[in-house]
Amino acid sequence: MTKQVQKLDHVIIRFAGDSGDGMQLAGDRFTQETAVFGNDLSTLPNFPAEIRAPAGTLPGVSSFQLHFADHDILTPGDAPDVLVAMNPAALKANLKDLPRGADLIVNTDEFTKRNLAKVGYDISPLEDGSLERYNLHAVPITSLTVKALEDFDITRKDAERAKNMFALGMLSWLYGRPAESTRNFLQAKFARKPEIMKANLAAFGAGWNFGETTEAFSVRYEVRPASLAPGTYRNITGNTALAYGLIAASRLAGLPLFLGSYPITPASDVLHELAKHKRFGVRTFQAEDEIASVGAALGAAFGGSLSVTTTSGPGMALKAETVGLAVSVELPLIVCDIQRAGPSTGMPTKTEQADLLMALFGRNGESPVPVIAAASPSDCFHAAIEAARIAVTYRTPVVLLSDGYLANGSEPWRIPDIASLPDLSSAFSFAPSLGEAAGGEAAANGDGEFQPFRRDPATLARPWAVPGTPGLEHRIGGIEKADGSGTISYDPDNHDRMVRLRQAKIDGIAAGIGPLEVDDPDGDARVLVLGWGSTFGSIGAAVRRVRNAGHSVAQAHLRHLNPFPSNLGEVLHRYDKVLVPEINLGQLALLLRGRFLVDVISYNQVRGLPFRAAELAEVIEDVIGHA
Amino acid sequence: MHDGIKEQNGHRLASLALVPRAAGLATKDFKSDQEVRWCPGCGDYAILAAFQAFLPGLEVPRENVVVVSGIGCSSRLPYYVNTYGMHSIHGRAPAIATGLATSRPDLSVWVITGDGDALSIGGNHLIHALRRNVNIKILLFNNRIYGLTKGQYSPTSEQGKVTKSTPFGSLDHPFNPVSLALGAEASFVARSVDSDRKHLTSVLRAAADHQGAAFIEVFQNCPIFNDDAFAPVKDSAGSGQLIRLEHGAPVRFGPGGETGLRFGPFGALEPVPVAEATPGSLITHDTSLADPSYAFALSRLDSADFARTPIGVFRSVDRPSYDSLMAAQIDDARARGGDGDLAALLAGGDTWEVS
Ligand code: SF4
Repeated sequence: MTKQVQKLDHVIIRFAGDSGDGMQLAGDRFTQETAVFGNDLSTLPNFPAEIRAPAGTLPGVSSFQLHFADHDILTPGDAPDVLVAMNPAALKANLKDLPRGADLIVNTDEFTKRNLAKVGYDISPLEDGSLERYNLHAVPITSLTVKALEDFDITRKDAERAKNMFALGMLSWLYGRPAESTRNFLQAKFARKPEIMKANLAAFGAGWNFGETTEAFSVRYEVRPASLAPGTYRNITGNTALAYGLIAASRLAGLPLFLGSYPITPASDVLHELAKHKRFGVRTFQAEDEIASVGAALGAAFGGSLSVTTTSGPGMALKAETVGLAVSVELPLIVCDIQRAGPSTGMPTKTEQADLLMALFGRNGESPVPVIAAASPSDCFHAAIEAARIAVTYRTPVVLLSDGYLANGSEPWRIPDIASLPDLSSAFSFAPSLGEAAGGEAAANGDGEFQPFRRDPATLARPWAVPGTPGLEHRIGGIEKADGSGTISYDPDNHDRMVRLRQAKIDGIAAGIGPLEVDDPDGDARVLVLGWGSTFGSIGAAVRRVRNAGHSVAQAHLRHLNPFPSNLGEVLHRYDKVLVPEINLGQLALLLRGRFLVDVISYNQVRGLPFRAAELAEVIEDVIGHA
Repeated sequence: MHDGIKEQNGHRLASLALVPRAAGLATKDFKSDQEVRWCPGCGDYAILAAFQAFLPGLEVPRENVVVVSGIGCSSRLPYYVNTYGMHSIHGRAPAIATGLATSRPDLSVWVITGDGDALSIGGNHLIHALRRNVNIKILLFNNRIYGLTKGQYSPTSEQGKVTKSTPFGSLDHPFNPVSLALGAEASFVARSVDSDRKHLTSVLRAAADHQGAAFIEVFQNCPIFNDDAFAPVKDSAGSGQLIRLEHGAPVRFGPGGETGLRFGPFGALEPVPVAEATPGSLITHDTSLADPSYAFALSRLDSADFARTPIGVFRSVDRPSYDSLMAAQIDDARARGGDGDLAALLAGGDTWEVS
């Protein structure tokens, strides 16, 4: 049967089901097929915090949204064009996001009286006409899967479990995805269980054939590959990119990588990824708690490792005292905070940007720490290298902010040429043993004694004198140190000087970062939209919409939150209005007002989800209208 | 203690297998230029002196020794030792030392802590460092009081202790640090006394000769806030309250060494006059038993009144250290797959070309 083929420039698909239905896997595979096909894409996994919430209930619904297009895109999309609902709970939880006329694929087998009752449906929505506004495809996915697998020597349960592959096969046919990578994946995943492997392959094939041969789908869609910059691409999530960035930084600096970490959502995948790479000499230490994980990292930093700790908000709270010690002893340390919705436990699997002020100020005393943020999943790679550069150059802890959306979201990534990455080995050197080199003498006082807190005049960094270096034996600690000699000092003037020196060192980092670049293609914009972190995509998409509607608007995005780029004040004053959208209640806005006396307009949502580009575009147009 | 070195004659202490060797160092080389600022008469002075005199015998260059401490009176010690050192945060020294020792097998890493530091705020790190068997040597100065904060009861203070924070007497039941360490799967556990330099030195040496985590409780007198807390033990030369443990020797104590130990019906050790014991029923001390039950039973002989207090090495068993296991995993991965290739890592997984 020949089907009509309809060309589309972009599609947003959402797979939704029970957390045991394998929707994340189906989404991941569809993403991979789409990446290999050459579309640009962006994903948004959304799963419950519970590992297995009761089956068929609303809290147990897990979903995966994928936006793909024949042009470059910036977000996982606002509203799905297609919803795959594997049970009544998935339908109920996601239907409100589905626009009229969208495709709705429903697994009718799961719409039993019992399952309907679990989520409060008295009558099945399949029967009461309430789904008429959608393009409904009612498919008995479970029973078709079981039927397709009846010749396999597997349990009924295993057969039912393959229904996600049936759904994936169906969608893969519908959008003309290349099936090869999924076949390879299944063969590798179930290499030790050949019968399960064959069954999953068969379920995938059955779904594909179902699309091709039945009346359920009259149209097949085509989304042409996007024209991306030439190069080799892969799909990558933020957490994987972060782990790779840390490994790359270790290689670029010529320092062994040490990770101290404690499992916490959504940061654990960085630990998991780094634990695989022993061949790079990576030492991963799963500590007894958050405090020990950062403590061990600091100990390794004292010993000359590129040291990292990874966590999320609650872990940041626990690490604060040790980060303060790192500020005081002036050792390099990378602290990755994969933010999640707070306060307290909050919503562990949902995203938020509300740890900015904690990163800057969440320690006792005057305790300045550089803070940087990643803007997209693949940008986590470059953010990690930048964090390492600042840490080793200035001998300071650095907070790198990512979040749940970046951590689990993915996008195509043009794999960088290693030679194009910065050389971090020239950013620092270990202090040479006394008398061994001119630099060693420079670090000594008149009596030839080592001065562990004598600073480099350019960076104000103190010597990184690692144990094992003869002549540099010294003691460091959290008690205030005398300028230069580093011995304990309670002298009032010395404390005043040291507090100011530590601050000046961090402020001086601004000299080594480029100016904030503003994107203002028309050059006549009166409104600037300024963001930081993971809102880069949604702000960019919203700004595009506004410009397409004929308005001028400027956009800038901050990588460095502390210190700010040195031209930031000047940029802010250049515009009539500055709009600052944040997934918090206005933390960057507070800093901007305090530092630059600019009355920025703060736009905030804290729904545990990224901004929707359409909403943001309305907000921007509104500000432009009043400018 | 230098006699000990001569006996060893070329033998490298077990924890120092990967640490460079240097001879000819003297006690004075390990004294820093910082003025020691403990209260007059504090037991910490004696422990510091014993430690500084013991270090040359390790035959480790000064630059390869690192002393890490937490917060408290005892934790000031690193400032007085002319090696690398870190005076860190309350309770966290074992964690910091873990990162250092795990990433630098060429260092001899010592942790100095106290009863509040190690057993209260840092209890979690202590037990996990011990169970992991990280190659660090932990000296717990137990004075049964908070000194630096001026005299509150500690987790090792006897119940009913009247202090500023417990004017009606403390309610907490204390920890026995040796029992705790044994329960935490420590591979080396010992106890010594600040005033017994010779004994302390021998225990330090045994700890250095142990590959993995070593835990040493040192009874330390705080003359200011808890004076004479250990007086019964110190005056015990003739009173028979101290039980000196020596591997391979029959356990004998009391006046004239006339008392021995045997197992009671439920596994506890009980004192028995040697003359009355049936032949073969008396305990000969063995630190090498894989099962910690015996060492634990020994630790339980201790009581608030110090009626019978064992000192010496309770337990010393071989178990691969955490740092060596981690290094082996890395070596193994490299032996099988070669050194990591960054370009190959980044290009791993499904890739596609855009031209
Ligand atoms: S308070 Fe006690 S433990 Fe602290 S220094 Fe003084 S005597 Fe020593």
